[in-house]
Parts: sequence; structure tokens; C-alpha cells
Amino acid sequence: MQIENTFLKVSNLSKSYKADAPPVFEGIDFEIEKGEFVCIIGHSGCGKTTILNVLAGLEEASGGDAIMLGKRIQGPSLERGVVFQGHALMPWMTVLQNVAFAVKSKYPDWSKEQITEHSKKYLAMVGLVNAENKKPSELSGGMKQRVGIARAFAIEPKMLLLDEPFGALDALTRGVIQDELLKICKETNQTVFMITHDVDEAILLSDKIMLMSNGPNARIAEIVVNTLPKGRKRANLHHDAMYYPMRNHLVDFLVNRSKDLQVRGAKGELDGYKPVIVLPGVDVVVA
Amino acid sequence: MKTVSIKVKGAILSVVILLMCLFIWHMATTQKVTPPPRVSTGSSEYSSLMGQGGSEPVQKTGFPTLTQMGETIYKQLSHPFYDNGPNDKGIGIQLAYSLGRVALGFLLAMIVAIPFGFWIGMSPLTYEAFNPFIQILKPISPLAWMPIALYTIKDSAISGIFVIFICSVWPMLLNTAFGVANVRKELLNVAKTLEVSPLRKAFLVILPAAAPTILTGMRISMGIAWLVIVAAEMLVGGTGIGYFLWNEWNNLSLSSVIFAILLIGIVGMLLDTAFGKLQKAVSYAD
Repeated sequence: MQIENTFLKVSNLSKSYKADAPPVFEGIDFEIEKGEFVCIIGHSGCGKTTILNVLAGLEEASGGDAIMLGKRIQGPSLERGVVFQGHALMPWMTVLQNVAFAVKSKYPDWSKEQITEHSKKYLAMVGLVNAENKKPSELSGGMKQRVGIARAFAIEPKMLLLDEPFGALDALTRGVIQDELLKICKETNQTVFMITHDVDEAILLSDKIMLMSNGPNARIAEIVVNTLPKGRKRANLHHDAMYYPMRNHLVDFLVNRSKDLQVRGAKGELDGYKPVIVLPGVDVVVA
Repeated sequence: MKTVSIKVKGAILSVVILLMCLFIWHMATTQKVTPPPRVSTGSSEYSSLMGQGGSEPVQKTGFPTLTQMGETIYKQLSHPFYDNGPNDKGIGIQLAYSLGRVALGFLLAMIVAIPFGFWIGMSPLTYEAFNPFIQILKPISPLAWMPIALYTIKDSAISGIFVIFICSVWPMLLNTAFGVANVRKELLNVAKTLEVSPLRKAFLVILPAAAPTILTGMRISMGIAWLVIVAAEMLVGGTGIGYFLWNEWNNLSLSSVIFAILLIGIVGMLLDTAFGKLQKAVSYAD
């Protein structure tokens, strides 16, 4: 097999909940390299969360494979950290205990001090040193989500899966945490797979954006390579020459083109369809 | 500020209501003594109810006045632990017997109901399989088990404990199962992605998550157990606050009966408050 170089390879993934209904998504093919930040965008109901759950090992696909580092993904694993849509913190544990619970799961042999120290390091990374003894209910939405991120990072996973982590946050908080996430990912060379609805968020964070057509019969329609240079900052993002071509392309897809494949897919015209690779602003899209 | 003032106002009103009740009691009982002792038409149904048995000593031992009541309470509470043989024990000893029975039966019920509830809460199949039995057994009055208990166990003391067990088991069982079955899926997913071992998951995720619901069940069970123990002891006899009450009724000592009733109420309230505190301790804000 020639998959040794590929960090994560998903091939021909499909999922259907009922035998007589059309599959939610089918023919999903993509690869993620180590250290890559990949976002997936699509309308509700196209199965983004299901794909993420399959990668996390929480759900089984109806067909196809997901192979990480040459191993088929079967069931959850500590190699993949998940940040859930709702923060999913244990409400009876303090912030520190929540992170320590995860650390203890990953490193059961560590001493208590080691675990605490390690947990604190990651809480400091997301700027939550002073809140370690608070309960989640005493935190704001943004802080809760940060704890969730700290918890996921603290187990030092090979891949991080983020399910719309900032969906419930206000724009200001979201911006701050996005910057933090970007910084941490850069420092740790983390591989990330993230679901988002926010086009700007995708442009800021990701190296590669996968656009999904509408479900059922959803597919990855295009893989858009981020043409903005690395080291993006929220403050000057919109001054980049590539920003508008990029943004227009993504919005255009969501508004106008996301329905097209669904129609063709339902007729069965899309067998063997390969997503178009697009570099907005660099090459011209052939629709 | 406002909540405190309402609390204080409530407390003052409670005292007023208590004084009013005592006053009515006082009026109702003293009226009867002052008018002609024989023909007591105005002495309410109480004395006629009481006077049915012996006609002579009725007026003397009729519904107790407040002072008689106070004397009884003082007498009982000043020597709560005396023991003058099987039919004459201090109220402290009687209460201890009852509480001991309740504690034992309750503990046994906990040992059975919580693990079993955990099991049927985790597995929908076992829940479906056991549910019909639970639903049929649950509404049976615990005292209805008494003959079977007495026949099979052949020991009245243990039968009493069994009755407590059988009445406390259901609320705990169902609440545990419900709490365990309704742990938020997100939290379970977190545990899954962290590859938490089953035992660690049970004790560190599911148990704390379901603890408030389980404690609610325990609180309900304790309430029922305290209701049932009085009736069970009346039936079984020997010792306990229920037996004490029945015994004092046979002695026609109404003041002692009222004293026992008061005590049952107070102990029940204390038990409930204790479980309320426990419940608060394990509950969490989401």
C-alpha cells in the first residue's frame, strides 16, 4: 500500500441510517497530511458531524474506510482528541479536574503531581490559570470551550477533531480563541480536522477547506487550498489580496453551487466523482 | 435582603400559627373540665370517642390538656433510655429500635437497588425484561408482604426489616435506572474518546452524573420507610416507636400517643432534611 506517507486517508466513506433512504453522504475521499489544518464546510444535514464522529470512532460508517497512520479507525482512541460542539465538561468537576481526568486517562502511570502539572500547563496555554478551581457552571461560554480545547490538547493527540467549537460564542470571544488555537497549533504542529459554518474562520485557520454539497447524497464537492500565506492574523486578514477571491469563492459555493451535486448524485451520475481542487485567486474556477 | 425578610416573616407567622393551635387546644380541653363533669355535650367528639369503653374514668383520662401533655413530654424526655422490661421502655430506646430497623432495611435496599438499577439503566434490554415485574411489584403495599415474610422468615424482627427493604427498594431502583440511563450522551462520548475503563467510567462519570437522581430516589425511599416502620411495628409488636404508640393506645394514655406522633413527625422531618442536604451535596449546576 502506498499510504505510508499519508497521515489520514479517507476513502469512499458513506453513511446511511435507513436501508431504503438515500445515504446522507457517499463517496467521501480525502487525505490529511501531518500538521495540516483542515476545515470542512457545508450546510446542515450534509453529515459533517457524522464524518467527524467516524474519524473519532464514535460512529461507524456504512461503507468505506478511514485509515490513520496505516491503521483503520475502529472505535475511539486517545490518539484522536475531540472538542465537542457543546463543551461537554463534567459539570461536577472543577476545570483542573476535568483536564486532569483526561490526562490520567492518557497517562495512567503518572503521579498526581505530574498530572496536575501537565494539566496546568495546558490550562495556561488557553489562558485559564486563574479559573482552575472553578466549576464549569461558573465559567462563561468562551471559557468553557477553552477548557474543552485544553482537555483535548492535554492528551497530546496525533489528530484533533473539532466539531464547530466556536458556534455558540459571540464574535469577539470567538476571535480571541481562534487566535489562541492558531498559536497552539503552530507551536505543536497539530493536525486538525474542524467543522465550521463560518467562512472567515475557515480562511483564518485552515490550510485546506473541504466544501460539502447538500445532503442526502452529500459529497465533498471541492477541496479549496487556502491561497492566503501562512501566518495569517485576524487583524489584517481582510487586507490580503487573496482574501476576497477566497471568500467569494466559498460563499458562492454555499449559496449557489452546493445543491448541484445533490441533484446529480441522486440520479447516480456521480460514481467515481473526484472533488475539484481549487486555488481561488490563483487559477480560475471552471464551474 | 428580600429573601431573608420573607424567611423571618414566615418564621414569625409559623410561631403565631403554633400559638393559635395551642390556644385552640387549650380552650377545647379546659372547657370540658370546668362545666359539670357528667353531661359533657360540648366536649366534642374526642371525649365521646374516648369515652366509649369505660364510663367512669373517662373524664380523667380524656383528651389531654396542654399541661398534661407538657408533663408527659417532660417525663418521657427526662428519662429517654430507661428499660423496665418488655412493655415499658424509654422513648429513646424505642426510637433507636425503629431507626435501627429502618437503617438496616434501607441499607439492604441500597445494596440491592443501586447496583441493579445501574445494570438495568445501562442496558435497555434488561430494563425491558425487568420492567413488567417492577411495575407490578412497586404498587404493592409493603405491609401486604408481611404474612409471606412472617411465614418464610419466621421471625417478626427480621420480617419488619424485610418490609422496610421491600418498600425502599423500588424508588431507589427506578431512580437509579433512570439517572443512569439519562446521563448526557456527550459526557459518555468524552469518556469513550478518552478510552476510560468501564469501572472508571462507572464511578467517575456515570455515578456522579446520576447521583442527584439516585439521591432523590433514596430520599423518597427513606420517607416511605419511615411511614411504613410505624405501621409494621404496630403489626409485629415488641419494640419500636410504632409499638410504643399502639401500646400507649392500649393504655389509653392519649398524651403519650400524641407525644409519639409528634416524635414520629420530627424524626421524619430530620431524616428528610438530612437527605435533602446530601442531595444538595451531590447535585451540580449544569
